[in-house]
Amino acid sequence: MVNGKKTTTELEKVVIRFAGDSGDGMQLTGSQFSFTSALWGNDLATFPDFPAEIRAPQGTVEGVSGFQVQIGKIDIYTPGDQADVLVAMNPAALKSNLQFARKGGNVIVDLDAFVDRNIEKAGFASNPLEDGTLADYNVVEAPISSLTKTALEGLQLDNKSIMRSKNMFALGMMYWLFDRSLKETEKYIDSKFKKTPALAEGNKRALNAGFHYAETIEALPSMYKIPPAIIEKGVYRHISGNTATAWGLMAAAERARKKLFLGSYPITPASDILHELSRHKNLGVITMQAEDEIAAVCSAIGASYAGQLGVTTSSGPGIALKGEAIGLAIMAEIPLVVVDVQRGGPSTGLPTKTEQADINIAVFGRNSESPAVVLAASTPANCFEFAYMAAKIAMEHMTPVILLTDGYLANGSEPWKFPKTADMPPINLEEAKKSNGVYYPYERDTEKLARGWAVPGTPGFEHRIGGLEKQEKTGNVSYDPTNHEKMVRTRAEKVERVANYIPDLEVQGNGDGKLLVVGWGGTFGGLRTAVTELQHANKKVDFVHFNYINPLPKNTKAIFEKYNKIVVCELNMGQFASLLRSKFPGMNILSYSKIQGQPFLVTELKEVFIEHLKD
Amino acid sequence: MEALADIPKAYTKKDFESDQLVRWCPGCGDYSILSAMTNALPQLGIPRENFVFVSGIGCAARFPYYMNTYGFHTIHGRGPAVATGVKLANPKLSVWEVQGDGDALAIGGNHFIHALRRNIDINILLFNNEIYGLTKGQYSPTSPTGLVTKSTPYGSVERPFHAAELVIGAQGTFYARTIDTNPKLMTEIFVHAAKHIGTSLVEVLQNCVIFNDDAHAGVTAKQNRDDFQLHVKHGQPLLFGKDNKKGIRLNGLKLEVVTLSENGITEKDILVHDANNEDPALHLMLARMAPPHFPMALGVIREVRAKTYDEAIAEEREKITENAKYHSVDDLLKSGETWEIK
Repeated sequence: MVNGKKTTTELEKVVIRFAGDSGDGMQLTGSQFSFTSALWGNDLATFPDFPAEIRAPQGTVEGVSGFQVQIGKIDIYTPGDQADVLVAMNPAALKSNLQFARKGGNVIVDLDAFVDRNIEKAGFASNPLEDGTLADYNVVEAPISSLTKTALEGLQLDNKSIMRSKNMFALGMMYWLFDRSLKETEKYIDSKFKKTPALAEGNKRALNAGFHYAETIEALPSMYKIPPAIIEKGVYRHISGNTATAWGLMAAAERARKKLFLGSYPITPASDILHELSRHKNLGVITMQAEDEIAAVCSAIGASYAGQLGVTTSSGPGIALKGEAIGLAIMAEIPLVVVDVQRGGPSTGLPTKTEQADINIAVFGRNSESPAVVLAASTPANCFEFAYMAAKIAMEHMTPVILLTDGYLANGSEPWKFPKTADMPPINLEEAKKSNGVYYPYERDTEKLARGWAVPGTPGFEHRIGGLEKQEKTGNVSYDPTNHEKMVRTRAEKVERVANYIPDLEVQGNGDGKLLVVGWGGTFGGLRTAVTELQHANKKVDFVHFNYINPLPKNTKAIFEKYNKIVVCELNMGQFASLLRSKFPGMNILSYSKIQGQPFLVTELKEVFIEHLKD
Repeated sequence: MEALADIPKAYTKKDFESDQLVRWCPGCGDYSILSAMTNALPQLGIPRENFVFVSGIGCAARFPYYMNTYGFHTIHGRGPAVATGVKLANPKLSVWEVQGDGDALAIGGNHFIHALRRNIDINILLFNNEIYGLTKGQYSPTSPTGLVTKSTPYGSVERPFHAAELVIGAQGTFYARTIDTNPKLMTEIFVHAAKHIGTSLVEVLQNCVIFNDDAHAGVTAKQNRDDFQLHVKHGQPLLFGKDNKKGIRLNGLKLEVVTLSENGITEKDILVHDANNEDPALHLMLARMAPPHFPMALGVIREVRAKTYDEAIAEEREKITENAKYHSVDDLLKSGETWEIK
């Protein structure tokens, strides 16, 4: 320290994790920090990690809610492996989150919360601040609760409201540590507590008190500076995966001049799509919270049959219930978008944790030969693009499309340079036509094999469709054996031909690597970061990431053929690897799996790839 | 597209018959229901292209194939959910949903009650033959206790549902009951149901000639017509029997059958049917009447007006649109906190 001024260390990137009781406002704290950092110009990615229980008993490990954010002056694709700074508001938060803190990093705790009762409730045998548990960390014991109380003295606030402001104190400390302005959060507080000025004042005081406290104490080693990233010019906003999904669907409906009909049943982690769409009824959105998952998909099918864009959103358990109805949409050949925000399973599984184990149910999970198009978004922001594409493909090809996202994408957020809807690809609908004055419901266009979409209310196109096998062209019920085989093959071919309308895979790398890393869906950030870091270290490793799962991009085989070793990384037991092996027999397709309800860590991936490069 | 689409033509029965071979068993009650429907639709003044028939699975569910309208034969029990989506997507459509007792009250029970609860403006026809026909003869949720079927060789030990009780329990706004042996009454009731704004539930006591023949004979047989059918009409006294000599009286909290000019009973003692009464208590009592102690009530038993789901959604949209600060997805993308990297 020179003249009482602290040193400033410049960092490329840093990971911060906020952890506290479910009621402590950690999600808000984290998102405020993220927003302020985005305005400062950092690239970033966030990951909320919260329990399934809304308010598990206070002070218990089960009730801890966490929020992790990585900010950087370089491109950031993940919320980071390990936290450089962990803020733990009580012993339980420390107990469950210390595993995510980097050894040698900073751990900031609310000293006031470390009383015997809380320590015991968290499951510590003794006080972790005293027994050497934190020997590997730089611990800052800040009396956050009592200092918040002091700072708010004189305001007409009850004790509960005062205690609820302590998250702002912690946030203030972080703002000092990372040299951030308090301005944006103050603005936010003012608007949030417009009607209760005392609360606004209290929160602002706590924020400032935290900032000044951090400045004053000598426990923090230095201030960190993370300069702005070099980011593409343009207008940005924050977006979470679920919001992006909702907006992408809306953009597609608007572009196709359709109403968007959502039938949905609440389920974690998909419900936010229902919440978001429910807000936008002025834009022609109809949302129905159905009596169950089956009614949700069936009402969407009804809406599509009647000529609008029918969508249903759910997670794994709900997708299992919708299977029969998706089969109906396949048979009836009408558009349908099914969004599966994957979570840990089977059964109820880990409702708030992420997993990628629904690829099998998406591709195969229906009775008989029931091909559906399957897409997977890979970042929170590109949920917009792939929701749009799912709707476009569903309507243009007259088929159900299943869009896979996951809990990590759904709740994660990132800065997004949002497009103009006019820049999205156009949606060209297959209109119903008559041949010689007669309308045949199953007459197809020769390129896509899509049938025309004749909509009730249109005179002269009255027709009957349903789940029974159809005679080709006329759509009449037919039990004819050869017709059945022809129809099964036609439906399969129709879905295969979607490959003619999707972009090729792009290889990241120079194409002459020994090793091809393959990913799909929400693991993009971790894989991309790991591969990029290895490439910078001159390792011969290339990377492809799939957003189109069924059908696969047409150049998949040609790319795979260039590599001796392909390792498919996914958060399941190797479902996509199995799918690829069945499509490309004889290739050396290996699998790297993780099934812990948590995303890949960059460090673990790098170790795996280096190991594979050895032989 | 044809011109003048909005002006209804004078349709005939033939206009609503499709070119498909009807494949119900000879003697099936469904034939007369189909015929009553093709008689009813031309009376409604609705363009043919605006009719949609939706169904689930079962013998009854083949109905849409035989109607020359838009039709969607869906999956078991889910018809009301599909029909709800159709109606919300285009409220101008006249949506009919056809179900059997297994489809509506077993596998699709949830959708059935929730359609009624929401009061979506669709018409549901419940063909109740108290048996599973298409799967070849198992007991259904409306089969009487003791019924011997393939899956109840010693007689069903279950208690049956009564459709009307579910309708009223779900706050249904329209319940009518008819029988497949009375085409005139069926046609009348279908027209009436179509005109009701809200979910109309029409229960048709239908005969399965193969697996449960004469299940409703206690009501429908010629010799039982007078004593066991009570044709209810809003505003009319509840009289039945040969020469309308018998009637229904409310005695305390119970209904009872009385005979005119016996024990000083006059028409003034007879209950007058009020289908429009919001309070469903009497409707429920009427609907529960059954032989041998009571006649079966036929006709429109309950018809009350309440806001429909589709109306409520339209009103909500209008209100939200009036106050909306954004009018396109582009506006939405730009809304809230944004920042520019220069």
